[in-house]
Amino acid sequence: MRKLSLLGLLGLVIRRDLLLAMRRRADVLTTLIFFVMVVSLFPLGVGPEMDMLRKMASGVVWVAALLASMLSLPRMFSADYADGTLEQMMLAPQSLSVLVLGKIVAHWMLSGLPLALIAPVLGLQFDMSVPALWALVLALLLGTPVLSMIGAIGAALTLGLRGGGVLVSLLVLPLCIPVLIFGAGAVEAVNSGMSAVSNLSLLGAFMLFALVFTPFVAAQALRISME
Amino acid sequence: MQVQGANGSGKTTLLRTLCGFVRPVQGSVHWCGQDIGEWDDDFHAGMCYLGHLNAIKDELSALENLQMSAGLAGYTLSERQVVAALRRMGLQRREHLPVRVLSQGQRRRVALARLLVGDAPLWILDEPLTALDVGAVGLMQELIGEHLSKGGMAIFTTHQPLQVAGVETRQLTLS
Repeated sequence: MRKLSLLGLLGLVIRRDLLLAMRRRADVLTTLIFFVMVVSLFPLGVGPEMDMLRKMASGVVWVAALLASMLSLPRMFSADYADGTLEQMMLAPQSLSVLVLGKIVAHWMLSGLPLALIAPVLGLQFDMSVPALWALVLALLLGTPVLSMIGAIGAALTLGLRGGGVLVSLLVLPLCIPVLIFGAGAVEAVNSGMSAVSNLSLLGAFMLFALVFTPFVAAQALRISME
Repeated sequence: MQVQGANGSGKTTLLRTLCGFVRPVQGSVHWCGQDIGEWDDDFHAGMCYLGHLNAIKDELSALENLQMSAGLAGYTLSERQVVAALRRMGLQRREHLPVRVLSQGQRRRVALARLLVGDAPLWILDEPLTALDVGAVGLMQELIGEHLSKGGMAIFTTHQPLQVAGVETRQLTLS
């Protein structure tokens, strides 16, 4: 029997959640397919005018990413809550925040990361330029972790409530508005010939800020939900 | 210590309070002379709790389940240790099957195998005998007996009489 370090524990939680997701792939794919569908519906709905599509591209992709990440949020803790694993996590001798951080990272790897990687392909439907596509991917890579982190607090607070799925969206979406503004703003900046650095820096700052506080807050919210 | 009482008399609430999930309205819970609220996570390192829920994942095998739950409790287990524990619980050749295909009783055995791989002195077991057959109930009596004779403590709720050989057990009846 060997003691696990905190990093070892973090790695174990991530590995465990990824393994569980691999054994239940449908859950991961639904988020991704939802994102692809929503983004693809816009060019069909508003018509093939390139100028208009180019202008609305970043906003559409960001709103779709926001909605898609809401889809998988209720599942972040609910399975562990239902089968009693969450109780065991609370009793773990290590800090619950580390376990929660592991779950957040795994959640991002399964929801945010695939969205960011597939976004350039969808951006082509909107005739986005190559620099704009780069800005979009970078902004999504910096912004989607914030969505997972803020979402974790919402998911923890609504754990075990009836209709918690809708409630979590109502709680979390308003808090995600800054990410949406600066994320979409990064692409806008590139489109108008400016640098996206300031927007991306702000997104990076959001991410670091959230990284410090959200695991702790989500852990406290879980404790409240379990009482 | 065996906790008895009618349905709804507060057995589970008592155990959950002892674990620290629920704060007592009156009174306090002490471990080694100190209130459990003041203990950091060290208190939890010394206990193993098994509730109504098995805390095992349907998608994982019995082996993976035990390794993961040990990991969450902060230590790693070799495959040999886990297989030995599962064998003791009567789950030979079931180690690599997904838990999904096991019966209720077998799942309970997987959950109980957690007690064997840890070294916590305090066991808190909520209805450990649910879904177990006669053989497994006998095995549980044996395991609790061994644990107590090694100087461990066990607090459990049950509706069945449980005879632990060689050790005197206390009974608490809630009404």
